[in-house]
Amino acid sequence: MRMLALHLGVLAVLAAAQFLLPAYHHTNAARIMVLAVYAIGYNIAFGYTGLLSLGHALFFAAGMYATGLLVDRGGEPWLALLAGLVAGGAVAGAVGLLALRTAGPAFMIVTLMFAQAFHLAILYWGGFTGGDEGFTLSGAARRLGPLDLADPTTRYFVALALVSVAMLGTLALVRSRLGRVLVAVRENEERTRMLGYDTFRAKLLALMLSGLASGAAGSTYGLMFGYVGGSFAAIQYSILPLIWVLMGGAGTVLGPLLGTALMFYLIDLSSSVTTASQAVVGAALIGLILFAPRGILGTLRERGLRGLP
Amino acid sequence: MEFGPFLLLALMEGLVGAAVLALTASGLSLVFGVMRVVNVAHGEFFMLGAVAAWFVSQWVPGPPAVAFAVALVVCPLIVAALAALADLAILKRLKHEPEATIVATIGLLYILQQAALTVYGPEARPVPAPFEMRLQLPWFGWSGYKLFVIGAAAAVLLGLWLMLTRTRAGLVMRATQIDRETATAFGIDVTRVHAGTFALGAALAAVAAVLIVPIQQAHYLMGGDPLLLSFIVVIIGGLGSLRGTLLAALLIGLSDGVISTFFQPTLAKIVATLLVALVLVFRPQGLFGARA
Repeated sequence: MRMLALHLGVLAVLAAAQFLLPAYHHTNAARIMVLAVYAIGYNIAFGYTGLLSLGHALFFAAGMYATGLLVDRGGEPWLALLAGLVAGGAVAGAVGLLALRTAGPAFMIVTLMFAQAFHLAILYWGGFTGGDEGFTLSGAARRLGPLDLADPTTRYFVALALVSVAMLGTLALVRSRLGRVLVAVRENEERTRMLGYDTFRAKLLALMLSGLASGAAGSTYGLMFGYVGGSFAAIQYSILPLIWVLMGGAGTVLGPLLGTALMFYLIDLSSSVTTASQAVVGAALIGLILFAPRGILGTLRERGLRGLP
Repeated sequence: MEFGPFLLLALMEGLVGAAVLALTASGLSLVFGVMRVVNVAHGEFFMLGAVAAWFVSQWVPGPPAVAFAVALVVCPLIVAALAALADLAILKRLKHEPEATIVATIGLLYILQQAALTVYGPEARPVPAPFEMRLQLPWFGWSGYKLFVIGAAAAVLLGLWLMLTRTRAGLVMRATQIDRETATAFGIDVTRVHAGTFALGAALAAVAAVLIVPIQQAHYLMGGDPLLLSFIVVIIGGLGSLRGTLLAALLIGLSDGVISTFFQPTLAKIVATLLVALVLVFRPQGLFGARA
């Protein structure tokens, strides 16, 4: 109960921030919240189930392109958004059926290769997808019924709604039976299987949920910021959620949001000081894995906040 | 040009690619075999070798051949030293745990790339070849330097083979690969072996880069393709098997040359990446590797 209150409190603070923060941060905050949904999705696979994927950009971009291509050709935005969600989950399911036959480093490389093949395919069929340059979405394509996603305030609250659903959804998931099986798979897969659980099915479900959230994030990101491009399918977009989750704390519900926000502003601040923002990302990765492999909230949980989900 | 000579040209270009790829991939394979580390920063060691070769070509006076000879010795040493440092400072402290090291080497990749961009700049720069010679075939002329690249790569690989099978250092490395604990029990300093292996792997990538840089220009983003291709080669050849790596490098290098000549290179890469994923799923020991 206290934990539910904590999470609702965080969401309430985010809602209040819309009125308190200066306008410069509104777009940033909307961006962070949508990307946090991506991180939350990544966390379901990596944080709770122990599946370190290096190919989540595939699911993010699948959602983004499914929605983007549909609305660009005059599709109904609501349906296109739904298509993006389905694309993320379905692609994750298909990849999972193959990739989950492997584990450890092989799993990372298989997911990386599938994502790489998709990225190359986007570039290769550039006539259809817009290739590396991508395409922009018109104002009409970004209107979800009465909600105009080009309007900053609407955008902020849509992003907040999305991140709320994703966060409370994860909270419900980790407290459910399935959630406990996932954590058991992460901790000791052999033993979980011995206890009679179908671990392959559990991992596949986790990956599909993860892909669903990633697809939802990609899809709304495209609609909100009006741009769909090949760079969202590149390897960088598979690495970023890993960093966000590692920073905030893998296997914590609030960690992905915290990590996304911190990393976003770290790069934002450092790029005003130096042009070497890539080195900041690199140093953050190495520093985290060396000194705080459990991330900020993971470390806090070890040091007392025991009940943190 | 007619089809026959055109195919011959494609095969010869493919052979150059295969030679360089064999060097780069054997470095990756060695590191994975002995240390069980998937080094995502391997392509950046390749890039550093090429960039260092450009700096050497600027600083060493005299004919290009002298600068080239210096680069061939100095660049791999610099890159090897850097790699050993990275292993001791970062990877060793992670106890070479597979997932943690992948994350750490991704971080290393970003840092090295950024360092190259800052120090060397975003331009692609050529390095002069050590000699100019033209082989005139009945249908087309070919650069004699490319023939030298193939020969030099073969020589280095032969040296690597002899080192692994005939010397004490090679014996120690193989012992560590087979059983780390027993090796430690026999008084082998595994920490030093790991640092040395990581350095050797990086040096092989740097040698490959110094050889290729007169043909291909040095650029700070040039590490991506060799990394991807090395991964493909090492996986198809069977993780950690040097013989499989060499065979696969020949296969992939030649087919890359042929497919890229007749079709689009991007299509070749899409096919290759999907092939790798499927090999890992259905034949994790590789196409040539023995069942583990």
